[in-house]
Amino acid sequence: MTNPRTNPRTNPRTNPKTDPRTNPEAGPALAAGAVERHLRARRGTGRGLLMPYVTGGITSGWTDYLRAFAAAGADAIEIGLPFSDPTLDGVTIQRASDTALARGASTRRILADLSDMSNQSGLPDLGVPLVVSTYYNLVLHDGPETFCAALRRAGVGGLIVPDLPVHEADELTGVAAGAGIELVLLASPATPRPRLAEISARSRGFVYAVSLMGTTGERAALAESAAELSGRIRRVTDRPVLLGFGISTPDQAREARRHADGVVIGAAVMRRVLDGAGPDDLRAFLAPLRQALDQECDRPR
Amino acid sequence: MRDVPLWREPVPPDGLMGEPPARGRFGEYGGRYAPESLVEACREVDEAFREAWADPGFRGALARLLAVHAGRPTPLTPALRLSEALGVRLYLKREDLTHTGSHKINNVLGQALLATRMGRRRLIAETGAGQHGVATATAAALLGLEATVFMGERDIERQALNVFRMRMLGAEVVPVTTGSRTLKDATSEAMRHWVGATGDSHYCIGSVVGPDPYPWMVRELQRVIGDEARAQCAAELRTGLPDHVVACVGGGSNAAGTFAGFADTPARLVGVEAEGGAGAARGRLGVLHGCRSLFLQDGDGQITQAHSIAAGLDYPGVGPEHAHLRDLGRARYVTVTDDEAVRAAVRLARTEGIVPALESAHALAWVIRAAGDGDLPAGSTVLMTLSGRGDKDVSTLKELL
Ligand SMILES: Cc1ncc(COP(=O)(O)O)c(C=O)c1O
Repeated sequence: MTNPRTNPRTNPRTNPKTDPRTNPEAGPALAAGAVERHLRARRGTGRGLLMPYVTGGITSGWTDYLRAFAAAGADAIEIGLPFSDPTLDGVTIQRASDTALARGASTRRILADLSDMSNQSGLPDLGVPLVVSTYYNLVLHDGPETFCAALRRAGVGGLIVPDLPVHEADELTGVAAGAGIELVLLASPATPRPRLAEISARSRGFVYAVSLMGTTGERAALAESAAELSGRIRRVTDRPVLLGFGISTPDQAREARRHADGVVIGAAVMRRVLDGAGPDDLRAFLAPLRQALDQECDRPR
Repeated sequence: MRDVPLWREPVPPDGLMGEPPARGRFGEYGGRYAPESLVEACREVDEAFREAWADPGFRGALARLLAVHAGRPTPLTPALRLSEALGVRLYLKREDLTHTGSHKINNVLGQALLATRMGRRRLIAETGAGQHGVATATAAALLGLEATVFMGERDIERQALNVFRMRMLGAEVVPVTTGSRTLKDATSEAMRHWVGATGDSHYCIGSVVGPDPYPWMVRELQRVIGDEARAQCAAELRTGLPDHVVACVGGGSNAAGTFAGFADTPARLVGVEAEGGAGAARGRLGVLHGCRSLFLQDGDGQITQAHSIAAGLDYPGVGPEHAHLRDLGRARYVTVTDDEAVRAAVRLARTEGIVPALESAHALAWVIRAAGDGDLPAGSTVLMTLSGRGDKDVSTLKELL
């Protein structure tokens, strides 16, 4: 489909639309924070990016899942801070949130668990960036400044807030940037063009492409809207694009990789966790996904 | 056919409860905190409603529906025997006399007409007491739309009669089994469902909550209560205006509609919340279901469950405009216990021959208490919105009395 040399994924500078030197909306790549630098570097080696998700506090030893993710070849890890009313989550992650809350999980305790993993430099020693996702109420609860500072102290580099669309994000963007937290924005198949350009320009770390019009949860097939949306984002930015929502099998990951830089695997992980899967089981579950992403990269295009 | 105007055009001089708020903000509240997937759908509703609201054809069609189908205008009833006993002059704005039995029909007919105009063929709704669900099912049947109503399992048990009515009207009632299994969770589920249905469905929110434009759109659609009451007070009260305007507050739609008619007058506005669902009186700043407002939360920022004998007041937050009116001191928010509400319901039944909805009984309970402790000076005039009739609550009351 594309020639590797002209493929904007591997060589963004060949596409004037996504070259920050010719398109100011694409944003200055040099200003990228640690999460984005890491993802760009990994992408630069031709690797398909894998970001598994876990609900913080889901079990007493939940941070072992993070180690398993890293060992399985994750390029970033998403940690959900459970909220009582997750309006963009399907049944699996709703149930995971409820379970974690029933166990007494809270922002404070989850971040303390992460701090416990830290090495001397104060960062969890996983070798991959951590991105927290949660609903805006939890950010507002202690105030954006306190919240972002706490994330930073726990070694978190990025933040996803599904109910904070770009036009409401002003309150948080500056604060997050000041604390060294990359605020990731989401784009959806319903996002119109000018808005998509704004989201792509203002998102930090990567752009989270919501693959379909729906909530999180496993789906039988990758939605057609996934390819279309990834393509539209690609045309306005060279920032890494991760596709999420509904991706749960190696085949879907392979297909997603054809359109985006990588995938987020959430509900498929959490269903297994809720069914009692341990860190080793998850490593085994992620291995074929890792392999599928790698194979897709190796394929001649 | 009627001597009170259905609509009042002028904007209050201070702008309060008048024009749509800029960027959907009421002071620091409101906004459109919706998942990106819903932002475009909200924008479409906003654009379509602004257009419709400026269109005399739309307004006329709605006024006609409200008159010939919902039974507007509703009367202003002096509560003579109770007034005598309380030492204040109490007037009841009788939303309980509308078709389907509560003020919810005003909003729903407007939104259903809007949905038709937007080419949508299905309404999605959440309901607590079931009144908004019944109104939605009714409007859908009337306009040939489909309706899917989300309702907490606990409310399905409490409001079995309304569940039957919705199904009889052809609506699909979807039980919600998560969380507190009440209105909060039904609202979350309706929003999740909307994310996957924006193409053909309109989300018909039942109160002045949710992402912009819902809080002000629903207030505008409920303004008919306040506008009618204002004109009726002008015609029937010696002073022309009540001293106090009182309404119960769940999300706050009947209160917002009532207050809107009096925001530019010296009348004191009082919103009455359930003790266990007092978002305005005891909530703290947060974001839920698409808007920034006041919500009941625990020390970790989790939304806590509300508790009220009145299913329609069982919501842990309040609409953003109420939060703003509270901050401004333009309206005051007070609370009433289950017990006081039940006693007030019985008292209204025995003195005036009216069995109110338990939600409305909260407003009355405050009037009774305030008349007793001097909060309402003797001889003052009180307009109270009787938001709904008590038929749906008879089984609850039967167990208690
Ligand atoms: C009769 C009645 N009154 C009041 C309410 C509370 O809603 P709101 O405060 O939005 O008017 C309800 C909600 O279900 C209701 O059914």
